[in-house]
Amino acid sequence: MTAVAQREAASGGLWSRMSLGQKQVIWAWGFLAVPLVFYVVIRFWPTFQAFYLSVTDWTITKPAAFVGLENYKRLAADPLFWQVFRNTFLYLILGTPISLLISFVVAYYLDRVRFMHSLIRALYFLPFLTTAAAMAWVWRWFYQPVPIGVINDILASFGIPQQPFLRSTSQALPAVLAPAVWAGLGFQIIIFLAGLRAIPVTYYEAARIDGLSEGAILRKITLPLLKPTLVFLVVFSSIGFLRIFDQVYNINTNDPGGPLNSTKPLVLMIYQTAFSSYEMGYAAAQTVVLFLILLVISLVQLRLMRDR
Amino acid sequence: MKAAASSQGLSMPNIRPGRIVAWTLLFIGGVIMVTPLLFMLSTSLKDASQVYDLRVIPEAPTLDNYIEILGDGRFTRWLLNSTLVAVIVTLSNVFFDSLVGYTLAKFRFRGRYIVFIAILSTLMIPTEMLVLPWYLMASQFGWIDSYWGIMFPGMMTAFGTFLMKQFFEGVPDDFLEAARIDGLNEFTIWWKIAMPLITPALSALAIFTFLGNWTAFFWPLIVTTSAELYTLPVGLSSFAVEQSIQWEKIMTGASIATLPTLIIFLFLQRYIVRGVMLAGLKG
Repeated sequence: MTAVAQREAASGGLWSRMSLGQKQVIWAWGFLAVPLVFYVVIRFWPTFQAFYLSVTDWTITKPAAFVGLENYKRLAADPLFWQVFRNTFLYLILGTPISLLISFVVAYYLDRVRFMHSLIRALYFLPFLTTAAAMAWVWRWFYQPVPIGVINDILASFGIPQQPFLRSTSQALPAVLAPAVWAGLGFQIIIFLAGLRAIPVTYYEAARIDGLSEGAILRKITLPLLKPTLVFLVVFSSIGFLRIFDQVYNINTNDPGGPLNSTKPLVLMIYQTAFSSYEMGYAAAQTVVLFLILLVISLVQLRLMRDR
Repeated sequence: MKAAASSQGLSMPNIRPGRIVAWTLLFIGGVIMVTPLLFMLSTSLKDASQVYDLRVIPEAPTLDNYIEILGDGRFTRWLLNSTLVAVIVTLSNVFFDSLVGYTLAKFRFRGRYIVFIAILSTLMIPTEMLVLPWYLMASQFGWIDSYWGIMFPGMMTAFGTFLMKQFFEGVPDDFLEAARIDGLNEFTIWWKIAMPLITPALSALAIFTFLGNWTAFFWPLIVTTSAELYTLPVGLSSFAVEQSIQWEKIMTGASIATLPTLIIFLFLQRYIVRGVMLAGLKG
């Protein structure tokens, strides 16, 4: 960047004759030059390409040919897609409320705790720093039958019958979701704590003088003032659960997304369509569907923020 | 961080029984949160005969698993790959995101708003949608199985740029004007004057970028095919499959993947928590 400036300075009077404003414009575009190339080549062009690929029959072996909405029609008629669609939304509608409820309750009480505050906060936060792929293996181990699996061992010691967890079509999805919720709590708690601390103390003092109960303060002051934080976390964690992949892939490597596709989310379907079946065009159509779902969520967020 | 002191007004000096109950429950919850990590670490210190012994403190702790796994050479290679990728991508983001954020916050020029909206709009596009075109691009240019192949999609991010712009807007123009009058060029003003003023934001960006790239699985899984180029999460996944039921080996691998970030956290807890708060509030 400085080299450019020096060359311009050396090329005689032109640079020195420029006004400060003109120089600023040149500096600005100079600073933006490399990043703009990056955004065009690595973000915008691939975006258009993804839309284009979704209307082709591209596979690794043969060149792409335009097939119109064929991939989308095929997707709509594919029972696996609807199963995956259902799973993806199950991750979302179970994961988001459960994780937000737990993290809010923890943050609400943790905010009032002084004794060993940062130690307790650290305990909740540590799982957030872990690698999802690694933790999936730890949880996979927990879910094994006796004598290997910790959870079944504990259940057995209380005389509770063994649970199949990852082997059952009904229990596998919550079992896969648990490590995802667990790993995300720390982040949400920290954000809630930041939101709680941003509420001016005078509001609470005024409420106490007015004789409001703790419950009423929570309902009438804390929660309404926490709305921006809440909206941010709802959207952030919803997007996270809709894009779940690492945990699902690693917790059942023999049959990713199994048993019987009962844990398969959309991103895993995309991965398998593209890199196991090599149906790139069909996979691209699936990514467009994921994009549309995320777009709707973002628009709902904008709407909610505006109502504030 | 004016907020740090504010909630202290809430806590009364008198200790009520409710407080003790709440504290105890919070503490127990916190211990439950780290239990999976404790089990992982403790099992990594056991030999095969002790794996089914569920005591958290191993009877005869041994580092044999670590010696065996690290001695095999693959994990050290994956550690190196992950470190290299995460560090370079982080440096690139700290440099470029803040350069763009600064330009958009502090320069007045035609097209500024369009550039900002264009960059921001890429936030709406999920990575998964770009992965297929990236893969195509990587195959065409021979980037499959290379460090650049793993790194190129993340060299700059709209989130980081947006975050940096927010913070640079808080830097007073007077500082920059004074430097201009002193005859400093714009690059030096950004690098030497403006950047040091937003160090907390830069560290927040660095923490997020490093963590995101250290734990990244989806793209490295796609773009690497030979074991030499695997990052730690991808390598661990392939290693665990091959170990099948040797859980003490798998837990050792998982510990190796997890410990670096946990150790960094122990040293930088204050900065990391503050960074997450900053990013969450402004983001």
